Amino acid sequence: MSTTTPSKLEKILAAGHFAVTSECGPPRSCDQSIVDEKARLVGPYVDVINVTDNQTAVVRMCSLASCIRIKQLGFEPVLQMTTRDRNRIGLQSDLLGAGAFGINNVLCLTGDHQRFGDHPTAANVFDLDSTQLIQTVKRMRDEGKLLGGQEMAEGVRPQLFIGAAENPFADPFEIRVLRLAKKVAAGAQFIQTQCIYNMEKFKLWMQQIVDRGLNEKVSILAGITPMKSVGMAKYMKAKVPGMDVPDEIIKRLQGVPKDKVAAEGVTMAVEQIQELKECPGVRGFHIMAIEWEVMVPEIVERAGLSPRPEVS
Amino acid sequence: MIMAKPKPIEEIINEIKGFDKILVAGCNGCVAVCEAGGLKEVEILASALRMYFGNQHKNMQIDEVSLTRQCDKEYLAEIKDRIGSYDAVVSIACGAGVQFMTEMYNTKRIYPGVNTCFIGVTEEKGVWTERCQACGECILARTGGICPIARCSKRILNGPCGGSSNGKCEIDKDVPCGWQLIYERLKELGELKRFEEPVSPKDWATSRDGGPRKLVKEDSQI
Ligand code: SF4
Ligand code: SF4
Repeated sequence: MSTTTPSKLEKILAAGHFAVTSECGPPRSCDQSIVDEKARLVGPYVDVINVTDNQTAVVRMCSLASCIRIKQLGFEPVLQMTTRDRNRIGLQSDLLGAGAFGINNVLCLTGDHQRFGDHPTAANVFDLDSTQLIQTVKRMRDEGKLLGGQEMAEGVRPQLFIGAAENPFADPFEIRVLRLAKKVAAGAQFIQTQCIYNMEKFKLWMQQIVDRGLNEKVSILAGITPMKSVGMAKYMKAKVPGMDVPDEIIKRLQGVPKDKVAAEGVTMAVEQIQELKECPGVRGFHIMAIEWEVMVPEIVERAGLSPRPEVS
Repeated sequence: MIMAKPKPIEEIINEIKGFDKILVAGCNGCVAVCEAGGLKEVEILASALRMYFGNQHKNMQIDEVSLTRQCDKEYLAEIKDRIGSYDAVVSIACGAGVQFMTEMYNTKRIYPGVNTCFIGVTEEKGVWTERCQACGECILARTGGICPIARCSKRILNGPCGGSSNGKCEIDKDVPCGWQLIYERLKELGELKRFEEPVSPKDWATSRDGGPRKLVKEDSQI
């Protein structure tokens, strides 16, 4: 498979390897050392590190600056971008900046509504939605055109491998695949899914993707988040929009002694990866160990995904 | 129709407490329908103010009027002869009415008595909900007659987002997900195909983003 950008993630996928991606949430301060630490911790065990963009509408150090930092440390970042806080002018401007610093992956998101963030009185933007952001990046990269029609010469266009998120567990379930198809039609090349706990439903979703041949056009990276505690599992089930945590997950965590719950959560994540390796259409794993990055190396190793392949 | 709700009375009192003669002016248009600014609400607000200032032993004259509309000069003119005798007016029309009264009687202070909220409908008695954000370029034909701009919390044009759950929006379990409604409607209409084509970025220049808007219909200008 030929590649469209210098992205390492794209190359790994094109070479037929399972990709492994992870995530790093920047701090709520200027403390760059936190980004450094997280990147050094997970960097050697993954292909690329996503940097979240004011996730859950909480103000954090900007994704672009953190991505540049990660790049300087020798790892490859994925610039997450939501359309909540910037209009098409701001978004395109940041995409140009990302291109200038050699950032080669972008994840296009609409973003959580600010109602539950730390600035609920803020105005939101939503000039574009995630699908339109995908279209925008593609147009800038492939046609060398900004949305307004202005042209960029070849060689000075952002070279971005385009990703999007999808939640197989949101409603209405029937149109989840349709919506994915739409993102693919817009230009999405890889998909990071919402954290998977309901394996049955995920496989059903995956089956529909394979049936439509969408897996030929887009690489699906299955979202894996280890449960740290019973409390976390219950919280995710009850409070996090669009999260599907079956009761068996909670029961299994409750079934082990309290000091073993976290280890059980990690084991469950490893088992999930192993099971999903066999699931047709799954091309990699997006491991989101939320504020628990220290577990990423163990999960990657135990799931047989380490060492990461070299590509050039 | 434009929906409004009464301001907290303390806020109104705070603005007018320095005066002696106040006119409370209602509007029998939209705000009367949503029970915020019509004749009845004028009476309620005026009596509440009288009671408050009476308790404070402040001599305050508070009169009442309700106009057919406050967004038309011809109706605003109805108070031309009497407005001079008041120190200030509390208008409980929508924000447009308050401003138009200010423009017409620019030597007077006109204070808003309601918070103007949205363009919507009477869903049931006492319940009003938003339907339109006056974007200036209506796309209802493509979305099964349900507006994604007014009814999706993120005004997504390629929805729904990943937060849609059991037909409800991620922001609140009581808010229907606009895109779930659109989906159901398009399915009913046999128009689900409309879903598969990505909708390109919208031209917001016709919306508030384009600056204050104006409509001119020349054949009405005689
Ligand atoms: S598309 Fe625009 S004009 Fe039409 S209902 Fe929605 S906001 Fe109003
Ligand atoms: S849940 Fe539905 S209404 Fe709410 S933001 Fe998402 S798509 Fe829009």
